[in-house]
Amino acid sequence: MSEQVLITLTVNGQERAVAVEPSATLLRVLRDELQLTGTKAGCEAGDCGSCTVIVDGEAVNSCLLLAVEADGAAITTIEGLATGGELHELQKAFVKLGALQCGYCTPGQLMAAKALIDHNPQPSRAEIRQALGGNLCRCGTYPRIIEAIEQRHTFADETLDTKPGPHDERDQKRDHAVVGQSVTRYDGPDKVTGRSLYTADIRLLDMVYGKILGSTVAHGTIKRIDTSAARALPGVLAVITGEDVPDIWYGVSPARYDERILATERVRYVGDEVAAVAAIDEETAEQAVALIEVQYEELPAVFDPESAMAPEAELIHPEDPRFAGNINTRVEWDFGDVEQGFAAADCIREQRFVGNRTYQSPIEPHAAIARWEHHGERLTVWSSSQAPHYKQHMLARVFELPMGNIRMIRPPVGGGFGAKCETTPLELCAVVLARQLGRPVMMKYSRREMVYHFRGRHKQYIDMKIGVKKDGTITAVQSRILLDGGAYTSFGIITVYYAGSMLPTLYKIPNYKYDGYRVYTNLPASGAMRGHGVPQPRWAMESLLDDLAEELGLDPIEIRLRNAMEPNTRTINDLDISSCEFKKTLERARDESGWLEKRGQLPPGKGIGVGCGGFVSGAGYPIYRSDFPHSNALIRVHEDGKAVSLHIATAEIGQGCDTVLPQIAAEELGIPYDWVWLAECDSVLAPTDLGSYASRVTLMGGNAVKMAAAAAKVQILKVAGRQLGCDPHGLTARDGRIFVAEHPELAIGWDEAARLAFSESGPVVGTGCYRPPPGLGGKYKGAAVGTSPAYSFATSVCEVAVDLETGAVKVERFSDFSDAGTVINPVTFHGQVEGGIIMGLGETLLEDTVHDDTGALVNPDLHGYLIPTISDAPEIESHAVESYEPHGPFGAKEIGEGCLPPILGAIANAIYDACGVRVTELPITPEKILRGLATQRQAGSKLSDDRP
Amino acid sequence: MTADRDSSQENGGGSGLPSGAGETHGVGRTNRDDEPNQTGMSRRGFLKTVGLGTAAVATVAGTSAPAAEPAVAITPEEMAKITLVVNDRQRRLLVEPRWSLLFVLREKLGLNAAKEGCERGECGACTVLIDEQPRYACLTLAVEAEGHRITTLEGLMQGEELGDVQHAFAEHDGLQCGFCTPGQIVAAEGLLRANAAVTLDEIRTGLSGNLCRCGAYPNIFRAVEHAAQRRQTGGKS
Repeated sequence: MSEQVLITLTVNGQERAVAVEPSATLLRVLRDELQLTGTKAGCEAGDCGSCTVIVDGEAVNSCLLLAVEADGAAITTIEGLATGGELHELQKAFVKLGALQCGYCTPGQLMAAKALIDHNPQPSRAEIRQALGGNLCRCGTYPRIIEAIEQRHTFADETLDTKPGPHDERDQKRDHAVVGQSVTRYDGPDKVTGRSLYTADIRLLDMVYGKILGSTVAHGTIKRIDTSAARALPGVLAVITGEDVPDIWYGVSPARYDERILATERVRYVGDEVAAVAAIDEETAEQAVALIEVQYEELPAVFDPESAMAPEAELIHPEDPRFAGNINTRVEWDFGDVEQGFAAADCIREQRFVGNRTYQSPIEPHAAIARWEHHGERLTVWSSSQAPHYKQHMLARVFELPMGNIRMIRPPVGGGFGAKCETTPLELCAVVLARQLGRPVMMKYSRREMVYHFRGRHKQYIDMKIGVKKDGTITAVQSRILLDGGAYTSFGIITVYYAGSMLPTLYKIPNYKYDGYRVYTNLPASGAMRGHGVPQPRWAMESLLDDLAEELGLDPIEIRLRNAMEPNTRTINDLDISSCEFKKTLERARDESGWLEKRGQLPPGKGIGVGCGGFVSGAGYPIYRSDFPHSNALIRVHEDGKAVSLHIATAEIGQGCDTVLPQIAAEELGIPYDWVWLAECDSVLAPTDLGSYASRVTLMGGNAVKMAAAAAKVQILKVAGRQLGCDPHGLTARDGRIFVAEHPELAIGWDEAARLAFSESGPVVGTGCYRPPPGLGGKYKGAAVGTSPAYSFATSVCEVAVDLETGAVKVERFSDFSDAGTVINPVTFHGQVEGGIIMGLGETLLEDTVHDDTGALVNPDLHGYLIPTISDAPEIESHAVESYEPHGPFGAKEIGEGCLPPILGAIANAIYDACGVRVTELPITPEKILRGLATQRQAGSKLSDDRP
Repeated sequence: MTADRDSSQENGGGSGLPSGAGETHGVGRTNRDDEPNQTGMSRRGFLKTVGLGTAAVATVAGTSAPAAEPAVAITPEEMAKITLVVNDRQRRLLVEPRWSLLFVLREKLGLNAAKEGCERGECGACTVLIDEQPRYACLTLAVEAEGHRITTLEGLMQGEELGDVQHAFAEHDGLQCGFCTPGQIVAAEGLLRANAAVTLDEIRTGLSGNLCRCGAYPNIFRAVEHAAQRRQTGGKS
């Protein structure tokens, strides 16, 4: 430790003297010394802007400013934005207009916006984009952030009550009081004030900090680990290696537990976790891991699936004979007769498509805290998690504890998109270290470490062949896909099945053959990412459909309409589609997006394209075999009848379930939305829910909540019926009143009836549970993946401008038409669509994790790995095309994941329309377009043929 | 809003106390909802702000309480840089010279086992070991503790393993509400470190500076006796 320096900061108007290390950043001093955790640490490299604060009037990244440089400065943080308990108009506008989802970047966005309007009260759109260009939002709320800054004055005198926001007019509503309303986001006020405590914001007494060391070689055996220098560093409390952790294999799918908590013998990718330390503070822990010396004996490494499958390739998992040829999972599906199908086709197209290794890049890095209690019998774990139940289950298995002895708490999650579904060495090492030390241990990934840990999108090598009749009717589809799995299984078994199972849900495919190979490579493990396994094959198919349409002289929307899925259909691979307004999404896209006026009419360099997609509304089966219902909820009516608490262990990760589920509860109970309290997501308070993955929460969680609410309501109505002297079955509850349906003047206050019920018989509690319909899916191997109670459908129309000199693509506009069943909350619905489009845009045009020839990442950060900024966000018109899903609560299904798969195809097709270049490798970079244009010039210009 | 008016009547007129600021200015019982009433804020105004959360509550408290004497801020130069050895770890700190060791342990180091019972050396809930001697952390200045070895209750554990005195307290139910317990255990630890062959009388004397309002003394003594025996027999009893 170097000599500390004494500085004075005026923070939010208060003078504070602090002693700081000369190397401490302002960010760490604000968070750790002054306990102002509203300012977030997203990357600590000046890339993401989540740490933005105002220093002497200027917005700065507090991670790039040394605290000593700020000596004497006046600093405003998010905690100082509201004055006298009254939110700033920006904060109100953000909440009201849905300009936040997971909320993690929100403090930084607000501070950047505040600095902007202080200098320039009427900024133009371009000025807003410029000022907030350094503030990344992975949820993609950019269009709303711009709107909120522009319209902030409108909200100056608003209170954050439950009045619907201004977006309601766009959506047709059924006769519901709460469902279908854009009520104020439940977690909104806390997220705009910096009060939401994400896992890394929690400060437990006596807590220490852990850090993990990753392997420096891509494939090798560990010869020796020397921890003595790390142990000797003052402030280091413990160092552990593979010998100090349970000797067990773990993972995601029981059929392929292939991971170690810390590597024992072999490392399989650069970054593979090898050792961990705990120290009195983060800085010491960081220094200590760097002092651990590991000697490896290197083995030959493979970095792509084709070389990994070669006979001479070194085996990555020699411990398990099933993984011969480095094949992790093999799928062979053959439905109908593709030979015959292709024979009957008038036109066949075949093409290889290569995807990219995109990373979810949530702005919040993963974090976990472990604490042992009851002198070592019970364990509490806080984890930034999308699926707390699976972590609880895995911790119980690894540490041989009854699941009931583990308390799993899920604080707000700053974005997940699939990255935070599985148990990581963070939780596992924190538990081991906390056990050794008798103190709570917090572990976090840095931005770099989280990209190395990865579990992002599988890069897919897709050979797809489609045959159609002259009228465009599909006769056969054949697809062979190699998936780059990286070093471990993660969710990959499911991914390789999804990559095949979802194709026939959108179009009617009479003959379908799929060969999937998920292959181990010496790269970070791929996992589940938004739209799990589906976006890349969907992009391939959407591209081929456009090519076929062109060849046949059909309009791209027309060829899709001729094959579009219809309601109440069983697909060729035995998936049951119930509600489906896919055709309507196509028709409305054709009629309302400007398609008819623009398609084929745009000048060179401008293009319009269509893409379609959709997803499951929850998986039909859990990840490990279990008879538990998938979602479970409790509702407790409070004593005075004026409040209800809802206990459900789903994960709010920005998608809005903490708002949608209380809406469902309020609707079913017949009370106002703001009577509902949501209990913390804590396994002691709420029963198991499988979590926020496979876009399952609105349908599954919603059904459990609706059932629990109905069970509580029956008890209240019974008392009300007696008071009113009538049959409870003839009563209606709505807006906090209970009345006789045929004589509404005969009424009693909901709260009064509830109070009476409590006075007579004690607590009024309702419970609910949901499990998918039994027997979903076919009988063949892997038939479970892709099953779901319901499916979403979407058509997206994209307009682009391609610079024919540089190859640069500007996505100008998106019109999206999504069938997500009944929309529970329009603001969160449209927010999901916008975010999905922006993320899809990044995947199509910008994003790829790149490894060098040693397997090390070239861009484990946010300046080399580019995610869309506010300037990349196009204009978006999102439209709900409602259906009524019989399996969904109030007819609802999913939107969060199905909104992404159409985007890649829509952009690719728009680019083709703009310049005639069909890029078949993602991301579609300017170089690839230029190369295409050059080839085109050589072959004779398409532009001059088609576009006089 | 009738309720608001009723309550302001009760406060301003009905109580017979000197009337509120509103009334002396002639507004009296027609106090408008949004204007401050006698207690500094109308109920509606209060609810409106409180609805925004905890910061609002602090603001309300600030406006309604009589203004406190302005705190005299100590200048950075007057603070002392010290190094404390707490539970075998060096901790570097910046402290005001007037801060007690107890304050620093609890508020700066997050070691909350030592309790604040009286802050005047009467109850013993804050007992810690300083160089093996039980001492009241509330009567020790942090600056005085520099250069000495400090052991708190947290320092008696090995990971999740309880220390022998802790174990004995748990086994013999040597606690009820548990608030004085950290002090009792640390005092007993000091006693046994000085002399493991301790008699009951010596235990009574040794723990006489540690008050237990629940009256768990008989079990406390049994626990300490048992821990003493174990220590003499090398862990067996």
